Amino acid sequence: MNRRTQRRLAADLGLLFAAAVFVLPLAWVVLSALDAEANLKVKVPGSLTFDNFDAVLVDDVTFTPLLNSLILCGGATALVVVCAALAAYPLSRYRSRFNRPFLLTILFATCLPITAVMVPVYALFVQVDLIDTMHGTIFFFAASGLPFAIWLMKNFMDGVPKELEEAAWTDGASSFQSLLRIVLPLMGPGVSVVTVFSFVMMWGNFFVPFMLLIDPAQMPASVSINDFFGNRGQVVYGQLAAFSIIYSTPVILLYVLIARRLGGGFALGGAVKG
Amino acid sequence: MKSASAKRGPRRTLMRALPVSPAVLLMLAFLAGPIGYCVYLAFTDLQLTGQAASSLIGFENFRKAFTDEDFLNAVWLTLVFTVLSSLVGQNTLGLGLALLMQRASKPLRTLTGGIVVTAWVLPEVVAGFLLYAFFQKQGTLNAILDFLHLPSQNWLFTLPILAVSFANVWRGTAFSMLVYSAALNEIPKEIVESAQVDGAGGWRRLWHITLPMIRRSIGTNLMLNTLQTLSVFGLIWVMTRGGPGNRSQTLPLYMYEEAFQNSMIGYATAVALLLLIVGSLFSLVYMRLLRTEV
Repeated sequence: MNRRTQRRLAADLGLLFAAAVFVLPLAWVVLSALDAEANLKVKVPGSLTFDNFDAVLVDDVTFTPLLNSLILCGGATALVVVCAALAAYPLSRYRSRFNRPFLLTILFATCLPITAVMVPVYALFVQVDLIDTMHGTIFFFAASGLPFAIWLMKNFMDGVPKELEEAAWTDGASSFQSLLRIVLPLMGPGVSVVTVFSFVMMWGNFFVPFMLLIDPAQMPASVSINDFFGNRGQVVYGQLAAFSIIYSTPVILLYVLIARRLGGGFALGGAVKG
Repeated sequence: MKSASAKRGPRRTLMRALPVSPAVLLMLAFLAGPIGYCVYLAFTDLQLTGQAASSLIGFENFRKAFTDEDFLNAVWLTLVFTVLSSLVGQNTLGLGLALLMQRASKPLRTLTGGIVVTAWVLPEVVAGFLLYAFFQKQGTLNAILDFLHLPSQNWLFTLPILAVSFANVWRGTAFSMLVYSAALNEIPKEIVESAQVDGAGGWRRLWHITLPMIRRSIGTNLMLNTLQTLSVFGLIWVMTRGGPGNRSQTLPLYMYEEAFQNSMIGYATAVALLLLIVGSLFSLVYMRLLRTEV
């Protein structure tokens, strides 16, 4: 065996070990969901069953919270994408002395720990009567996702050459038409990254709806999943696992979708670098 | 373009700024507004219930915080959590995995990458439950330790801060791995090869060539990891609720408890403001690192 093969073997073994450690919690959720007698350990089920899925696939456990999640995250994502695309256009296309300070502020806001402002947001929402409303929560979600979305969108838009628009301009198209008909279609992958990224971040967010919503009937899945402890007496781990899988599947699929589209999973890492 | 805009003057500028306004309005109302309100509230004694009006009390909240043992405990735990899980855990492990991936065979690269990224993509609360099950007394970790005849213990009770730190490493390493993989791929092959020809060994190449060449990515990654870790709430909430007692109560959980269990909105906001200031300092450093790109 030469040194190169040896080194590759050592690297393979290292990765295999890391994979084995990282996969344990994931194995628990998959195996427990299919096990009628699931507990807290990773174990192969005695017999495979879909009873856990049957038990959780009812309105008040799965469908209502997922619908709430969809309304919250879908609404906020739509707002984010539309506002970010509109905002990114002048930032990317026109030179202005406001661009740099604006972008710096955006970048600064991107990094702020949103968790820290949730107590004042709660107090503010009580004052202006937005507490426990879906639209209030959607607005807050959108506002907190916007800085990063604008930043990403502007960077993607910079990649679309200006010359392509100039022909449309001479034909008398307005900037809005040229954004809608030329720029956005050309940056399809960029728009989908912004959309999926915003949606995935919100779908998994627990603290924001936990603070701003009160009525259990409006709670998204990220909060309602906690009901498996407490409200329903003894914890049925198999059902918790089944629900976790149902709740996580959309974001995993969305991630795979954009990772494919951009050739490898490195898009987000690369995008964050600027 | 420039001459055209100069000709048509301010009206043109206004038209161009118009598309930015929905985003700006949203961010002013729901982001800048709360931050401004945060600065104001931090100097009041607002409580959650049964108080007609709050009054300005100057720096009283901050004075209270720095003499409160629970606050100092939360600061200490936040520091431990951040250093262990972000600086040491996610960052080093992420770099390690990225380096191994450069050499490993394709199937293992795909397998490990897929598993680590899945842990990252999972919703925060789900990750919390999975690691709760892993560290629980009857959980997987103890089952493995028993199998190996090693002493087991009730991790969430004896070492809660260590357990939640590991949980955060499990969940967050993928980000560092992706950033470092991208950075390593950008290092020109010739440089590595010429170092090999010169007889530089693996560790020396890493220290003298690889690390200096990706130092910008290291800085970016450290900043973003730290900022993300500072605001972790759901993961710890699901695993330990900050307990037992307050032994895994980092600043966000302390803030939440003061606001809603103890009804001290004003005081909790002062803590939030401190967290926000620390976050802002990190943001400014991060922006220095990126400054060439705006």
